[in-house]
Amino acid sequence: MSFRKIFTQHIHEEKCHSLSFYQKNGGYEQARKSLHDWQPDDLIETVKAANLRGRGGAGFPTGVKWGFVPKNTDKPKYLAVNADESEPGTFKDRLIMEKNPHLLLEGIIISCKAVGIHHAYIYIRGEFVFAANRLQNAIDRAYSEGILGENCLGSDFTLDVTLHRGAGAYICGEETGMLSSLEGDRGQPKLKPPFPAVEGLFGCPTVVNNVETLANLPYILEIGAEAYGKIGPEKSPGPKLFCVSGHVEKPGVFELPMGISLRTLIDEHAGGVWKGRKLKAVIPGGSSAHVLRADECDVDMDIESLAAAGTMLGSAGVIVMDETTCMVDALLNIMRFYHHESCGQCTPCREGTGWLEKIAHRIAIGEGRMEDMDLVTEVCDRMVGKTICALADAAAFPAESIVNKFREDFVAAIENGGSPAWIKRHPASTGGAATHV
Amino acid sequence: MTETLAFSSEAMKKYEWLLTRYPTRQAALLPTLRIAESEFGELGVPQMRYVADLMEIPPALVFGVVTFYTHYRRAGVGTYHLQVCSTLSCALRGAGDVVQRITERLGIGTGETSECGLFTLSKVECLGSCDTAPVIQCNDDYHEGLSLEDVDALIQQLRDEAGKGSA
Repeated sequence: MSFRKIFTQHIHEEKCHSLSFYQKNGGYEQARKSLHDWQPDDLIETVKAANLRGRGGAGFPTGVKWGFVPKNTDKPKYLAVNADESEPGTFKDRLIMEKNPHLLLEGIIISCKAVGIHHAYIYIRGEFVFAANRLQNAIDRAYSEGILGENCLGSDFTLDVTLHRGAGAYICGEETGMLSSLEGDRGQPKLKPPFPAVEGLFGCPTVVNNVETLANLPYILEIGAEAYGKIGPEKSPGPKLFCVSGHVEKPGVFELPMGISLRTLIDEHAGGVWKGRKLKAVIPGGSSAHVLRADECDVDMDIESLAAAGTMLGSAGVIVMDETTCMVDALLNIMRFYHHESCGQCTPCREGTGWLEKIAHRIAIGEGRMEDMDLVTEVCDRMVGKTICALADAAAFPAESIVNKFREDFVAAIENGGSPAWIKRHPASTGGAATHV
Repeated sequence: MTETLAFSSEAMKKYEWLLTRYPTRQAALLPTLRIAESEFGELGVPQMRYVADLMEIPPALVFGVVTFYTHYRRAGVGTYHLQVCSTLSCALRGAGDVVQRITERLGIGTGETSECGLFTLSKVECLGSCDTAPVIQCNDDYHEGLSLEDVDALIQQLRDEAGKGSA
């Protein structure tokens, strides 16, 4: 079967986001069928059989996650759609929400029918004002056309959808942090168990699914689990949105089968490393992933292959760095991010991200010591697995891999009085200048 | 100051509608703060107190929430909040030069507001627009794929818009 794009096939058409355009191209037919013809358990089994795996980063099987929600409960159940898209290097859900908002709403209807949910909240990051307006317009249209609300699409099913804007916090992309934020609190993650499927939003059973994950559902129902399972590798099949940014000629979002090779993605789809330069490093799955050296880039972009290569598919945010990049500066940039975004609840994360930033900073400004490289590893060891959520791990993975795979950059910065960019800005500096901003 | 603050009837309607969308009152806090932001122009202590009184939740909780997030419009920010994405993908494609250019043109560093009150410059973390780096979010709008000339043009455009010439 030839590969058919399901997210991006029409994005260059002016009215692609409108309801009439969507319906003209078969939109809401699968939602209609799911409401009228499907039994909830059959929907769950189909999504399990298709082996759809979450597209937010963790790659958990979606049907299995739905199956954890208790069937007989007096409490209301909720769907919390993760549209926070805050992982550096990731910009795919934004594309769906801006260009194909009804596809997301159709996926929401199908998942809610499967799990017996009557209220879905879409948590969209605060910065995405344009996408939020697009999505709200699509929701309003869907209500006025009887697609949402009471008697969805002429069925006896009721579904409300509420768009909820975040306000600028990376941690709200973590599922329990997102639920805290939806409850009107600071976005601080909560201990698991209890897992959201049992005790989530407002203390009720809650499914948390990513935008792209949900947008797969109409296609799975359309072509069937078996055909879907044949797209890409068996263990993590399906169409996938890959984001490529950094030092490439044509950065962008590329819809390809799961399992495309990283080299093909960079060289053919993203136009190759820019300015005719050589590749130095790639972060394959958002900045939380272990970095790959250029000689490690012959790998396929799927969950298993990248795990075998010691990194992860994550959010499929591919950040490319060319030969001129100083990995000390890259480390400093990434650690500043995690230090800024740590919610501060857990000491290993709050202090650890701060230490990692400080160590990277002092190496970058020529105050580093040779033992700092081992110190980074030591700090990372005291962070991973020791906190409520995975933000500490997300900082430690790039830190330890950058230091250990690009030791030559660190040795040079320590010996030469700073990173090349620092030395260029401060030619007379012997290190330790207090003017660094 | 607090007594003079009040939602317009239209804003109050929006607020009442919000309360119908959540099973708890507090869950409406983040969107209500957005209403307050657009009604009052900024979220300072008096505005936060107003929201706390309106929603009957402790002012400390409202303050804790507002200060936890970075995207609310806090008191003292200029008319145009130039938020330059400085995370890795943007940094690799010249975000540092964009910040430097703004500093040269406006005479303000990061976290500072120009004397005329028009511009505040901030470095922010990933805006989720890495394919169009470097990116500035000015108030609600994204300005993407910026060259240094584009930065100059944007500043000029905003000055014109504010009707203050080349102040």
